[in-house]
Amino acid sequence: MIISEQKSQTELLVQLTEKEHIFLIGCAACATACKVGGEEEVFQMQEWLQSLGKEVTGSVVIDEACHIMRAGRDLRHHKVAVAAADALLVLACGAGIQSISACSEKRVVGGLNSLFLGNIRRLGQFEEKCSLCGECILNETAGICPVTICAKGLLNGPCGGVEDGKCETDRELDCAWHLIYERLKVQGRSGVFARTVEPKNWGKKFKPGRHENKK
Amino acid sequence: MSTFRQKIEQGTFVITAEVAPPKGVDVTAALATVRSLAGIDAVNVTDNQGANMRMSPLALASLLLREGVEPILQLTCRDRNRMALQSDLLGAAALGVTNLLLISGDHPGFGDHPQARAVFDLDSVQLLQTVGRLNSGEDLSGAKLTGVPQFFTGAAMTPEAEPFELIFQKYRKKVEAGAQFFQTQAVYDLTRMEHFMAAARPLGRPVLLGVLLLRSAGMARFLNAHIPGVRVGAALIERLAAAQNPLDEGVAIAREQVAYARDHCQGVHLMTLGHEDRIPAILR
Repeated sequence: MIISEQKSQTELLVQLTEKEHIFLIGCAACATACKVGGEEEVFQMQEWLQSLGKEVTGSVVIDEACHIMRAGRDLRHHKVAVAAADALLVLACGAGIQSISACSEKRVVGGLNSLFLGNIRRLGQFEEKCSLCGECILNETAGICPVTICAKGLLNGPCGGVEDGKCETDRELDCAWHLIYERLKVQGRSGVFARTVEPKNWGKKFKPGRHENKK
Repeated sequence: MSTFRQKIEQGTFVITAEVAPPKGVDVTAALATVRSLAGIDAVNVTDNQGANMRMSPLALASLLLREGVEPILQLTCRDRNRMALQSDLLGAAALGVTNLLLISGDHPGFGDHPQARAVFDLDSVQLLQTVGRLNSGEDLSGAKLTGVPQFFTGAAMTPEAEPFELIFQKYRKKVEAGAQFFQTQAVYDLTRMEHFMAAARPLGRPVLLGVLLLRSAGMARFLNAHIPGVRVGAALIERLAAAQNPLDEGVAIAREQVAYARDHCQGVHLMTLGHEDRIPAILR
């Protein structure tokens, strides 16, 4: 899921300067799981805005804010409250925020910083495992991604910064290549070590990404 | 052909040192350091070493040539994508800078621009391959070059890093990718160096032993705590701590490393960090 965090109140106050009538939007998917944009956080945001003397014209928690058509439909269900607002404050990831700006010309204020595509270790603890690079090497690397977990994204083994199986950038972090090496050893195969990996095709990561399912 | 390359290819024992480009545009001090080096075959010019922004090493390497000093241009994968790397390499060749040391580079988080975006479009093995392509007269896209560079390409190795098998597979990849010589990270345990050399010798690439001059016991402890793959043993720390003049003792230790290299490696890479005046004593 998309891991995100709430922006600071200081930053939000700047964005909401002279915006007195606010419609609040949350997301029932990732932002809810991250506890930054679900029903509860939308309610807390409403209370905070009201304590500042601002009016909350209404609110909605969209099932998946990244679904552009669904977001548009949900906003239309709150047509009057949306029309009364001079800003839409969105507690969703950057994708969710842009579903809203795709279907409303109102001033959209994003309330979150989107961090990464993350796995959940336990409640409130997230880890990045995949960079969505478009050219997956996991089948050769024992299911451990060097593009993401190696701080330098190296493809042909560790740098000189590995020490006791840890990364030079943070002694708490495992060296991805050490993990890959140990796991392949357990599996009794050489995997990615059997070849020199060619330079990565970043053309696959063309921005902005587009994809359509093939029939 | 460069004399450094000739010496290596003839099997001569070679000595390299290193110089860092200035933080700024005044190269007086860097050139003075280089001029003061006696008995050195080539000088590495570091590339934003420790992820600290400094003058382009290509510029300083070119200035070294004017001084009659043969440079080894260090290039990291941290700051340039494959286009910028190839572009700089072609520029280096045009300026007569043909000795290279190709490395991954320290992560930007260590340096003075921690907010910089790390590039690492290529890794060090792929950069070695890239130089091989340029040497064969084409770029990474397969396009023909006008004029073919003749780079002499070096790579780095940390002999004491663990696990050895994992580290050594990368050494093997670097050899296969076209590394023509190696300069190692500082090694203080010569038994472990010998373990590495036993594995490296059959691959037939000249190895220059990294010799980092120890100034004090404190410096040795700092290296142990903060520099991956560098291990100064307790006995050496004890010698430095007990010495009346720790720097003299550091010179003596460096001399022992050079003596080992004369018997077992094809050269030394001296890292003297401002004590270049001690190089003659280290080599004596």
